[in-house]
Amino acid sequence: MHPIAKMALQRLALGVFTLFVVSIIIAGAVEFLPGDLAQEILGQSATPEAVAAFRAEVGLDKPPVERYFSWLGGVAQGDFGVSLATKRPISDLIAARLGNTLFLAGFAALIAVPLAVTLGMLAALYRNSWFDRLVNVSTLSSISFPEFFVAYVLILFLSVGYGFDARWVLAVLGLLLLVEGGGAVKSALKDSGRFSFIGAIVGVLGLALVVNAVFSWWTYQVEPVQAFPSISNISPNTPFGERVYRSFLPALTLTLVVTAHMMRMTRASIINLMASPYIEMARLKGMSPGRIIFKHALPNALAPIINVIAINLAYLITGVVVVEVVFVYPGLGQLLVDSVSKRDITVVQGCCLIFAATYILLNLTADILAIATNPRLLHPK
Amino acid sequence: MSDDKILEIRNLKIDGKSGDDWLPILKGIDLDLNRGEVLGVIGESGAGKSTIGLAAMGYTRGGCRISGGTVNFDGTDLVQASETYRRKLRGKRIAYVAQSAAASFNPAHRLIDQYSEAPIQHGVMASAEAQSDATDLYRRLQLPNPDEIGFRYPHQVSGGQLQRAMTAMAMSCRPDLIIFDEPTTALDVTTQIEVLSAIRDAVEQFGTAAMYITHDLAVVAQMADRIQVFKLGETVEEAETRKMLSQPEEDYTKSLWAVRSFKATAKPKPPVDEVPVVELKNVDAAYGTTQVLFDVNFKIHKGRTVAVVGESGSGKSTAARVITGLLPPSTGEILFNGETLPADYRKRNKDQLRQAQMIYQMADTALNPKQRIGDIIGRPVGFYLGLSGKQQRERVRELLDLIELEPDIYMHRFPGELSGGQKQRIGIARALAADPQFIICDEVTSALDQLVAEGILRLLDKLQIDLGLAYMFITHDLATVRAIADEVVVMQYGKVVEQGPKVEMFRPPHHPYTDLLLSSVPEMDPDWLTDLLAARERGDAVDPDDADAAAK
Amino acid sequence: MTDNTVKPADPTALSADAQAPRVEQESRWTTAMRAFRTAPLTAWFGMIVILLYILVAIFAPALAPFGEREIVADAFEIPDDTYLLGTDQLGRDMLSRMIYAARNTVGIALITTILSFLLGSFLGMMAAVMGGWTDNILSRIVDVLMSIPQLIFALLLLTIVGANVVNMILVIALLDSTRVYRLMRAVGMNIVVMDYVEAAKLRGEGLVWLIRKEILPNAMAPLIAEFGLRFCFVFLTIAALSFLGLGIQPPTADWGTMVRDNAQLITFGEIIPLYPAAAIALLTVAVNFVVDWMLHRSSGLKE
Repeated sequence: MHPIAKMALQRLALGVFTLFVVSIIIAGAVEFLPGDLAQEILGQSATPEAVAAFRAEVGLDKPPVERYFSWLGGVAQGDFGVSLATKRPISDLIAARLGNTLFLAGFAALIAVPLAVTLGMLAALYRNSWFDRLVNVSTLSSISFPEFFVAYVLILFLSVGYGFDARWVLAVLGLLLLVEGGGAVKSALKDSGRFSFIGAIVGVLGLALVVNAVFSWWTYQVEPVQAFPSISNISPNTPFGERVYRSFLPALTLTLVVTAHMMRMTRASIINLMASPYIEMARLKGMSPGRIIFKHALPNALAPIINVIAINLAYLITGVVVVEVVFVYPGLGQLLVDSVSKRDITVVQGCCLIFAATYILLNLTADILAIATNPRLLHPK
Repeated sequence: MSDDKILEIRNLKIDGKSGDDWLPILKGIDLDLNRGEVLGVIGESGAGKSTIGLAAMGYTRGGCRISGGTVNFDGTDLVQASETYRRKLRGKRIAYVAQSAAASFNPAHRLIDQYSEAPIQHGVMASAEAQSDATDLYRRLQLPNPDEIGFRYPHQVSGGQLQRAMTAMAMSCRPDLIIFDEPTTALDVTTQIEVLSAIRDAVEQFGTAAMYITHDLAVVAQMADRIQVFKLGETVEEAETRKMLSQPEEDYTKSLWAVRSFKATAKPKPPVDEVPVVELKNVDAAYGTTQVLFDVNFKIHKGRTVAVVGESGSGKSTAARVITGLLPPSTGEILFNGETLPADYRKRNKDQLRQAQMIYQMADTALNPKQRIGDIIGRPVGFYLGLSGKQQRERVRELLDLIELEPDIYMHRFPGELSGGQKQRIGIARALAADPQFIICDEVTSALDQLVAEGILRLLDKLQIDLGLAYMFITHDLATVRAIADEVVVMQYGKVVEQGPKVEMFRPPHHPYTDLLLSSVPEMDPDWLTDLLAARERGDAVDPDDADAAAK
Repeated sequence: MTDNTVKPADPTALSADAQAPRVEQESRWTTAMRAFRTAPLTAWFGMIVILLYILVAIFAPALAPFGEREIVADAFEIPDDTYLLGTDQLGRDMLSRMIYAARNTVGIALITTILSFLLGSFLGMMAAVMGGWTDNILSRIVDVLMSIPQLIFALLLLTIVGANVVNMILVIALLDSTRVYRLMRAVGMNIVVMDYVEAAKLRGEGLVWLIRKEILPNAMAPLIAEFGLRFCFVFLTIAALSFLGLGIQPPTADWGTMVRDNAQLITFGEIIPLYPAAAIALLTVAVNFVVDWMLHRSSGLKE
């Protein structure tokens, strides 16, 4: 068998096995509770009859192994059991919401992946330039922000109240350009005694932006705009265009959070790659910068970049929970949080299994793609 | 600039960034190279050799800058030229051969595509022409299966062949100048010969000028018409190869040349009935299911040095691991003063552990960077001999005196504040601190510059005479063997192929592999390579195929 | 490729390993001071912010104008001279609660991180030093724990054991220790293969000496940086849980909960819910800036 097929199959088997173990943990977590779950959830005042009824309903009166396999059998057919709180079948609760969550995550990924990979590569190629430093500081800040902070700032600017005043962005950008341009001129003078025209142009441009913004604040006020809704009301029959519009803010929040991580990791892996001797060799063979990137770096960069994308799509899963709560978006994360507060254990189990399975699947796909693009494995000895 | 001159470097200064400061790497060097001439650039670590080689292409690595001077290639100053001009020159008129071919070939492309890249991109040849040219060059460089080897990927080809493929790639545009940057340093001696002869033939055939960078004097003697010696970014001396070898002028050059003259004190043969300090009896060993040692037997007597010689993968380091107990043998036993040692070091008692000590190849990783020298040497003193406080400090001072380092200066330093040779001395002191009978020296000089290495060998010899130590000296370098060994054990593929007293080992007849190993070590004679190749041609000397056949 | 790094001039090259001192002896204090002097602006900003937070947390009772749980006015008062940041949904002084929250939120995150570090680094070290079965079993367990997204796993566990502060600390410490384990194991593995560790083993040193004297001192630099990163991560996770109403419970003042409680104000264009959120963001940014600088320094300034 071709070694790639063999490794991919091994990885696939490992993924299936992991999923199996994870399902045991999710189903079995209940067993680790000190004391009785039924009593704990119903409270001390519950009558013994109520407790017994609850136990029968959850299946706590059956042995754990039997309970697990009947649950797993159900899950395999799309039946996650019945919610303890609402008595509705969990599959019904999940079905509509899963679609919404996937839509939101997909929306965010669609913007984030190309944006982050492009910017990350640019930052790596123009390493230590003002652009790179700007990227470093802004991504470092943005990965430090809690998702809800980003979400509320966006709401404040794009949805209610202040409205979006582009002059702020221009002023901040201008200030950064001014500092960086000045710095470039200074260090060029110090290091090689040459005057950096590019640095000077950047600096002057920055100064112009700042002056323009200040002057404009002096003279007139911009009317606040309320561009997007702060609550994402979505129902199964919302038309597609409307759906995109209403879920724009949550998607943007997710994009901002994920892009920062993805950019930093892309940058790091490209820098690592560009330091390899075969890239220096390509330079010493007189190859053009474009050819070095596309012909020499890219074929070897695929595996690390795929890996970066997969890891960060997994971030989306965590991010989506908080973001859905902020925007009251009817997705799986919202359902999960509600069920946790109600201690609706069967629903929590169902949601966790879906999230965990998605996560494992993403990592599995990334690993297999990475194996498939590795030149050493593609052409075995 | 005269017509035959291809490269003229004048007062070139290059700085490297260290923190916020620029430190000089090259301090204003001059260098000339005529068409078709081979210049040997030689120096120890820190001389700036690679920087010179790259600067000849108008290239500096990240974190370096040219702060003055000119690099005049065929009438144009590359320092002032535009990047586009330099780029069009590189690969076409000046080519580069790197030290590690395995890392310098792109793993994603076939060898032949990497060969034809430069000719196609620089507009010298069309694709089909470049491919047939590649096959032709592969054949001239004596690569096996020249018609199909180009269609392999780098990881499918062995190190020595890759190095030749890289030389072919450098020749692809028939450049005026090729920079060879330590092209054989990473190779075993027997492989080195093939690469050296291939490079020399190719350079001669096309009349290419070359700059051959190396730290190995014997190698440069075979390759270069003229030698320029560098030290710490400055030229020390420059002369024709034969003149440089016979009558070097500067003290530094002479000291470099003198290195191989060291000979350890000759020791009397041990009495026939003397019990050896260490004896390996029928030792087999395996890593997992792969057997790496096959029926290894040898003895080491008190006060004598046994050199264990072999190329990478010969099992010489594994033999040391077996003796120390890190890798228990699958069969066979290790005797210490006639008594069987427990196979696993965890089962040995303190005294057994104390008696056998080890000195490592890389002094950098052998000393804990977070401990002071006094503590590094003091620990075995306290641990084995139970000395503490003032007594311990006194003993450490004695040991530092013994290894010729001033106690007051070095006691409180960290390893990071010492040079490579000093660190290696601390490694020796730590071994001595246990007051052992037997020391394993694992390639202790191969990471050091030659002068420093010689100092270490002298010290080890002195200690052996003073303290009656038995050494097992693992090395791949036959010059070191000549200098220090009393007895030699030659290993290949995990087996001992030959062993005996040194005097006999360097006198024929030999096992074919020993012969190959001995004949492959470059000598300072500029005609050595030519003579050897001629002898192999005639059948007077073994070549690799004979040795391999004998091993099987 | 031997001379591509910049080395200090080596005077031993000529005089066959001369005994002249090579590097000026320099105390750790001077080294540290020089490091501070050359620290970039971002690192300075980070250090000052962290210091401020520590001061506010320590002197909270002295700094806060009102008590942590004291109801002083009507709900949602707009900021004035008495209530500089207004009041919250129960009429408690916003500023005072912000100040007390520095103590609670940062303190709880710190305790959690320390717990997670003790557990993770101990097990990671064991795996690195013992190898074999110990390593195999621990690593497989960690693999499985890490194959469920952390926040999701935390939510599942909190449903079962019930959401309160102690449970949250234990659950997050346990889940986060898997990351510490991975790092400690990797760092430990790199050190264990060093010749000086082999030399100590062959000398007959015990496990305690190996860990305490040979491995830990050399693992400190990456561990300290990792501590900063893990603190940020734990801090953000706790903030997220509290924001979801599943972490630190009222009436304890906590930034995450405060954002949640006052969130409705944002729809009226009020900026107040952003203050506690910004307090969280500012601290994590500061820690990240400092860690970034430390990592850059320890990577040997290779540019």
